[in-house]
Amino acid sequence: MNAWEVVIGIETHVQLATRAKIFSASPIAFGAEANLQANAIDIALPGVLPVLNRTAVEFAIRFGLAAGSEIATRSVFARKNYFYPDLPKGYQISQYEWPVVVGGELTIQAGQESKVIRLTRAHLEEDAGKSLHETAGHSLRGKSGIDLNRAGTPLLEIVSEPDMRSSAEAVAYARALHALVRWIGICDGNMQEGSFRCDANVSVRPAGQTAFGTRREIKNLNSFRFLQQAIDYEVQWRIATLEDGGHIEQATVLFDPDNGETRAMRSKEDAHDYRYFPDPDLLPLFIERDWVEQVHAALPELPAANRQRLLAEYGLSAHDAAVLTSSLEIATYYEATVNAAGKANAKLCANWVMGDLAARLNREGREIDAAPLSASQLGNLLARIADGTISTPVARQVFDALCAGDGTSADEIIASRGLRQISDSDALAKIVDQVLSANMAMVDEFRAGKEKALNALVGQVMKASKGRANPQQVNELLRNKLG
Amino acid sequence: MISSSLQQLAEALGSKAISSVELTQLYLDRIARHDARLNAYITIDAEASLSQARLADQRLARGEGGPLTGIPIAQKDIFCAKGWRTTCASRILDNFVSPYDATVIQRFADAGAVLLGKTNMDEFAMGSSNETSYYGPVRNPWDLDCVPGGSSGGSAAAVAARLTPAATGTDTGGSIRQPAALCNLTGIKPTYGVVSRWGMIAFASSLDQAGALAPSAADCARLLNVMAGFDERDSTSIDRPAEDYCREIDSRPNGLPLAGLKIGLPKQFLGEGNDPQVMQLIEAAIADYEQLGAEFVDVSLPNMGLSVAAYYVIAPAEASSNLARFDGVRYGYRAPDYRDLNDMYRRSRAQGFGAEVKRRILIGTYVLSHGYYDAYYLQAQRIRRLIANDFSEAFRHCDLLLGPTIPSPAFKLGDKAADPVQMYLSDIYTIAVNLAGLPGVSTPCGFVGKLPAGLQLIGNYFSEARLLNAAHRYQQVKPWHLQLPPGFAE
Repeated sequence: MNAWEVVIGIETHVQLATRAKIFSASPIAFGAEANLQANAIDIALPGVLPVLNRTAVEFAIRFGLAAGSEIATRSVFARKNYFYPDLPKGYQISQYEWPVVVGGELTIQAGQESKVIRLTRAHLEEDAGKSLHETAGHSLRGKSGIDLNRAGTPLLEIVSEPDMRSSAEAVAYARALHALVRWIGICDGNMQEGSFRCDANVSVRPAGQTAFGTRREIKNLNSFRFLQQAIDYEVQWRIATLEDGGHIEQATVLFDPDNGETRAMRSKEDAHDYRYFPDPDLLPLFIERDWVEQVHAALPELPAANRQRLLAEYGLSAHDAAVLTSSLEIATYYEATVNAAGKANAKLCANWVMGDLAARLNREGREIDAAPLSASQLGNLLARIADGTISTPVARQVFDALCAGDGTSADEIIASRGLRQISDSDALAKIVDQVLSANMAMVDEFRAGKEKALNALVGQVMKASKGRANPQQVNELLRNKLG
Repeated sequence: MISSSLQQLAEALGSKAISSVELTQLYLDRIARHDARLNAYITIDAEASLSQARLADQRLARGEGGPLTGIPIAQKDIFCAKGWRTTCASRILDNFVSPYDATVIQRFADAGAVLLGKTNMDEFAMGSSNETSYYGPVRNPWDLDCVPGGSSGGSAAAVAARLTPAATGTDTGGSIRQPAALCNLTGIKPTYGVVSRWGMIAFASSLDQAGALAPSAADCARLLNVMAGFDERDSTSIDRPAEDYCREIDSRPNGLPLAGLKIGLPKQFLGEGNDPQVMQLIEAAIADYEQLGAEFVDVSLPNMGLSVAAYYVIAPAEASSNLARFDGVRYGYRAPDYRDLNDMYRRSRAQGFGAEVKRRILIGTYVLSHGYYDAYYLQAQRIRRLIANDFSEAFRHCDLLLGPTIPSPAFKLGDKAADPVQMYLSDIYTIAVNLAGLPGVSTPCGFVGKLPAGLQLIGNYFSEARLLNAAHRYQQVKPWHLQLPPGFAE
């Protein structure tokens, strides 16, 4: 059996979170009644003309800057001509030879390794409408319907180089891109509503061969899971076909999530000739350096820089830094937690955000921006661990109380419930004495040389103090008394 | 009244010598009486026009009238007008009633002009004889056996027969200037980008430009004052300060009216291919211009000969894409019977479009196809650049260019309909101007037998006021434009 190498490139359609469409003033909010967000331009009445939405261009610039790309001084909108009922003009306005964003790269975390995926380009274009077909809940009296609400929605199509070598890398790339476009505020990232859709170009070749195998393009994958499943199925099917002496045709394929298979939609022979040419209704887009500078100045700290800062300033591990910068929401929450707890406690904050908090969010099926306690509440709580006011077990009680809304701050809950750690040695000595006299059998065992008995005694003291005793102090007291 | 200039009509309305309703009714009556012979109009809606006229009269009564308030204007049926059927002379839009106004329509409405009717034209403005209209050919008022020119043939015939005081047109390769020449009118195609294309049904977006047809250059200047102006809804509209296109016409020059004006005579315009009688009229006009103070220099436009070929690549390419929206899905004509989606497209477009439109869609689709794009479309764009450079070079030596608008007077209906190339060559002197995006004017320069001939003036970018003045001064000494076609004077 041969060793095969998988080669994957990804094209992603990122729906830009502008208020209006890319060439008209219609709103783009999702879920409106069919055709109520389609104006004369969107339905392509005779005589209408497109006018470019400046914000869509600004979002493309933002992306280009975030990905280290070149922002083209001059780019050109072109018409991609084909007939389809949900394409009202009979052409899609896109960019072809001269895209607005050229090159760039994205660093992905594949297991413990990080890997740089190069970007080819990113270009602006408009989305098509939707064809509606009869469903159980929705009668169209035997006809098909057209909803043009989505027609003209701005998209940034981001094209990677074929730099990925496994479905895991492809998913890591898609996740990193998803995080980035949300991080810089150009996309809401809602995959179910189609705001972020991937096409995967997949080929396989014998290991060591430099030429690429024939590629097939899997269209419209709108979840990370489908992306992974589709690539895995495609790769396994390709290898099986090739090893059987079969031949692969270049094709566009669809992934069926119900049976987990890919099937050809059209072959190269049926490929459209889109007859691209520069759209004469739109002049070439010239982007001045000043504008790029302004957009650059307004960009938030980017994930890569944030990660570096967590490593250098907070002393976190590479893994922790990667997890805590995997989305803008997590990074923002973490940063606010550190602000409340103090920089010196950054590591403690990281452990709690990735540990107790993540576990709880996971259990409750929530995202971090809907966390049951605020970052400043958590930071305040962690500061109380750090300064010795409470122990970790008590902190967990306080954490639960805060999550349940049983108090507004850790300090308030500690005070009202009397959870402050007992560090007064007289008070503690009294509890120790009581425990010793009530557990003479254990005392004897310890004196007979059983170290374990001491732990049991510490446990009894902790219990008697309702967790408020400082375990280290208890340990010392016991050894003194028994020694 | 029908011989009045727009200025005289404005004065008559302002002094209450006539009301807008009376004036509109007068023209509606003339249309009813004469248009059966011409077929210049596609849609008349007397009630809609008269209600606009009543509003104009109220406005005039309040003393709020402008230069065009209350004056009926015919609109080429390529401009979308709210509530009006807007067909582009195509079956595919036979049932289309526009829900919105083109900027041109809006600007006339804001000025208080009355929309008198929608004029016939070549289907989607594709033609030079007005024979490709779904609604039948338009006839030339000067000879009913002849074509009025095209594509703005309905507008030209209507103005020539005084079935409207003035009309709009659009000019992609000569569609205003050529019918103006064949119908004894003044026609102006402004610099590309001066008049908004919003709501003007696209034929070839990079060449289409709206303009005006009227008896005189002074009338055209008044119309352009209303039509021109930046429009943020058209990305190719040019954002520059408004100007008064009448300013040179209204000035009182000391000495000769065109003293100091240098006019270039491109040798490629004055050669073999012209009708000798047309050439005699042009030479007489050159002598008249010398009398007015103009100086002449010889210039050359070496790439002129390539303009028709380049045009018939670029214009069909853009048209093939612009006309893709007429697919039977959302509005317009849909074939009554079809098997499936592709069959619906095929039949709707096969039945909805006429032969010339199909020819150009096919040519355009071909030249944009993979493997042919570089050889045709890109090459044509290079030629377009060379032609624009030729004009720039010529304008280093002169202010305006002069030549015939069309090599011959109007031809007979049917004469060129079977030979597209002959038809295309009738635009040989006008097409290059569109390729370069320059302004051009055609002015009447006499008659060959009973048929009018036209003289074309071409200016540098944004020289409309100067061009119109050059036509106006000539019209003051040679008032050909005041002659009316026999049979339409009453």
